[in-house]
Amino acid sequence: MTTEQEKIELQQTPLLKIWVPWLGIGGCKISRRRGSSVPQLTNSPTLIVMVGLPARGKTYISKKLTRYLNWIGFPTKVFNLGQYRRDAVQTYKNFEFFRQDNKEAMQIRKACASNALKDICIYFSKENGQVAVFDATNTTRERRVSIVSFAKEKGYKVFFVESICDDPDIIAQNITEVKVSSPDYVNCDKEEALADFLKRIECYKQTYVPLDDEKDRNLSYIKIFDVGSRYLVNRVQDHIQSRIVYYLMNIHVTPRSIYLTRHGESELNLLGRIGGDSGLSPRGHKYAASLGSFLKGQNIKDLKVWTSHMKRTIQTAEHLGVPYEQWKALNEIDAGVCEELTYEEIQEKHPEEFALRDQDKYRYRYPKGESYEDLVHRLEPVIMELERQENVLVVCHQAVMRCLLAYLLDKTSDELPYLKCPLHTVLRLTPVAYGCKMENIFLNVEAVNTHRERPVNVDVTRDPAEALKTIPDHF
Amino acid sequence: MRDHLLAVRSEKAPCQTTIAEAIMSSREVGPSNSASPRELTQNPLKKIWMPLPCKNGLPEKHISQRKVCMTNCPTLIVTVGLPARGKTYISKKLTRYLNWIGVPTREFNVGQYRRECVKIYKSFEFFRPDNEEGLKIRQQCASAALNDVRQYLADEGGQVAVFDATNTTRERRQTITAFAEQNGFKVFFVESVCEDPVVIAENIVQVKLGSPDYMNCNTEEAMEDFKKRIECYENSYETLDEVWDRHLSYIKIIDVGRRYLVNQVQDHIQSRIVYYLMNIHITPRSIYLCRHGESDLNVKGCIGGDSGLSPRGREFAKYLGKFIESQDISDLKVWTSQMKRTIQTAEAVSVPYEQWKALNEIDAGVCEEMMYEEIQQHYPLEFALRDQDKYRYRYPKGESYEDLVQRLEPVIMELERQENVLVICHQAVMRCLLAYFLDKTAEELPYLKCPLHTVLKLTPVAYGCKVESIFLNVDAVNTHRDRPENVEVSRMAEEALLTVPAHQ
Repeated sequence: MTTEQEKIELQQTPLLKIWVPWLGIGGCKISRRRGSSVPQLTNSPTLIVMVGLPARGKTYISKKLTRYLNWIGFPTKVFNLGQYRRDAVQTYKNFEFFRQDNKEAMQIRKACASNALKDICIYFSKENGQVAVFDATNTTRERRVSIVSFAKEKGYKVFFVESICDDPDIIAQNITEVKVSSPDYVNCDKEEALADFLKRIECYKQTYVPLDDEKDRNLSYIKIFDVGSRYLVNRVQDHIQSRIVYYLMNIHVTPRSIYLTRHGESELNLLGRIGGDSGLSPRGHKYAASLGSFLKGQNIKDLKVWTSHMKRTIQTAEHLGVPYEQWKALNEIDAGVCEELTYEEIQEKHPEEFALRDQDKYRYRYPKGESYEDLVHRLEPVIMELERQENVLVVCHQAVMRCLLAYLLDKTSDELPYLKCPLHTVLRLTPVAYGCKMENIFLNVEAVNTHRERPVNVDVTRDPAEALKTIPDHF
Repeated sequence: MRDHLLAVRSEKAPCQTTIAEAIMSSREVGPSNSASPRELTQNPLKKIWMPLPCKNGLPEKHISQRKVCMTNCPTLIVTVGLPARGKTYISKKLTRYLNWIGVPTREFNVGQYRRECVKIYKSFEFFRPDNEEGLKIRQQCASAALNDVRQYLADEGGQVAVFDATNTTRERRQTITAFAEQNGFKVFFVESVCEDPVVIAENIVQVKLGSPDYMNCNTEEAMEDFKKRIECYENSYETLDEVWDRHLSYIKIIDVGRRYLVNQVQDHIQSRIVYYLMNIHITPRSIYLCRHGESDLNVKGCIGGDSGLSPRGREFAKYLGKFIESQDISDLKVWTSQMKRTIQTAEAVSVPYEQWKALNEIDAGVCEEMMYEEIQQHYPLEFALRDQDKYRYRYPKGESYEDLVQRLEPVIMELERQENVLVICHQAVMRCLLAYFLDKTAEELPYLKCPLHTVLKLTPVAYGCKVESIFLNVDAVNTHRDRPENVEVSRMAEEALLTVPAHQ
């Protein structure tokens, strides 16, 4: 083969099913961006810098944003300055630590900031991080200037997220939800904590300089006013900043619950077959009816119901007696050539594929099908709309539910494909403080188990018996 | 897509009706009695599961496929800004985008109404604030436009109307808000603020000088007059105010996108509009669209699959590489799908490329790798349904063009953000992308001509896109199948296969 012909010879990577240039005999190809399952649209690491007085939701935003970015595949980490401070100063006495004239405390706080930035450096250069969220007040221009020059030196892009809020009710609510229970106030009662924290805020107020329309016109930032009623967006530089802005503009803090469930048991479930588009089994119908009663009992205000385009989720929704909306994006993972096969048949017909899947279940793509990684990308608009909505019931499928759950509960891509999402169970997720409270409600209608654990031996050379060890029972 | 609501209603047999079902109402499925859940039937065209019973033999009218706009109220977008601030540019672009993603949208340009009313434009004096007669006419035009807006949103199934005018006074905006409230429309303002004289001059040159208003003027006269026209508005201009207008929903675009102020976004569609507006730019650039080189399956007349390039396909790839080099494009990004044939093509272009799964060819489900003759043989019903409504038709276990558009939306969004890009993709995919850039309807889209071995160079100009078609002089099979005359299920095989292009 000539080098020209060689150049166009491709081979498909066995796990991801991505076409890459043929690696030739002992050849090492010129490294070009090959892209994983998803286009890599960023080059420089991005440093997100929070700005705002205490109790303005900076940590809430930092954690939520980090969770979202990790889920869509941008390795992201939060660096919370308060944490560094708590590590440095073991015991918190009172707000006096934060007084402007407390020179000793100032030094400690500066050192903490320095350490945090150092760690950010390590995260980017040695730990493959793509985005770091620097969660601190960063309320002075001086502090922000030093961060910008630090970033410039290292070649990081900077994006500021400022939260501005003067509604005393919201601030009090924040303090109650997350400050009063902080390690700082472990030995105080509620009133003491509240009073001290308010004085702490005062310490910052004196030197607070918000991002300025004129002076900071060359910085990239978003200013969030009053928990999202207004936004000011300045100089969005690239794709990821655009995504961040879009996300931040869609989240809200109105209390609500998200209900996740799979369709009722299907006929193919009973037979131990994956995929397909079968209808509900008798028990599946029973579950759907119970689900209807359950929801009525919950008396949920303005509930939206979403299903996939597959018969089994729609049949389930039909029992609920409420309008529902079908999303193609909620369809079960496409198992390609393995659609409607049992695990035993997959082992028999595609033993190598079966092994590869066990090796890396998140990234593994079925031949002519999808991977969990593909699923996550498919589901991103669903998540975005879930963020906008209030009370929602999502009737979906095992792999899909695992992806949604991983987003809501901040699970890694390693954990995601093994999350337990059994049939006939409703998960009720309610945002609380910085996370999500989860209630698991089994509606007392029996169903087959469809959860297959990762077997011990994932080698391609394994015996069929080893591969099939963890298969759940079926007819 | 634009006006598909006014599409021909087919008089087909019940439950075979395809186009009728496709007609929108943003209604979701009504509730059923839990004790006796309704049976489901799969709509033959879109492969959507819907509940029976059929009314009058027709399945219950319902939009199963998740439509972008989850609101029930129509939305009235109102532009705000001095002349030459890009309002019409934004209106047209936004309308094009919304229609493409499936939200029926139409723009109403008050300047157009004025030109129809006052046949001949004399000079800027028409716009003087003390020109009573002028004011009266302009008011009437605005009313006429709003009337048409009402008709479009309330009677013609429109979902979004873009009211393109200066709307620079609070008074005018209040009138519009009242009108919208009366009719149950949501209002979203889009204000464009710009004081950069270079940008404004460029705008005037690009779109005003060629306007019907200045048909009989030379460049200097037109420039002069238009500048005075702007001045007429300046004194009474009341920009959207952070305090006074804090209850309105709006986005203020400052200096062509350097900065945005977003206030009180009410719902999904407004959120999408904001996202879109924040991603578009006007930096000159070109988008190159082409398909992979001819593939082995192309040669056999088979659709879909994941085959490699034929010898002629490889030849094309080589020429594509040379062509790209000769164009000397600054900072070119190259995107491919994740299918072998596009990647092989990209390998010949010596620029790093990104693979997008979203650019994969339409999934033909059970028809993958079949020839049209085989589809006719094994799935004659499917083949006929596809010809009846190629845009909405979904292959069994596959996709429809409508699905494709939804899949491609993030690609379009990123294309808007980027500058010079070469997209190496597939026939159906390229048709969808092209339809977006050239503002084609859902009916036209699946029949757009995207032959192999041809590069389309799209360059934004004025309010639209200039297209250059460059055939790279390497022969290839034709893969374009026109809609045959007879699309009935009862047709003969020959009638179905009449328009199949030649192959090995």
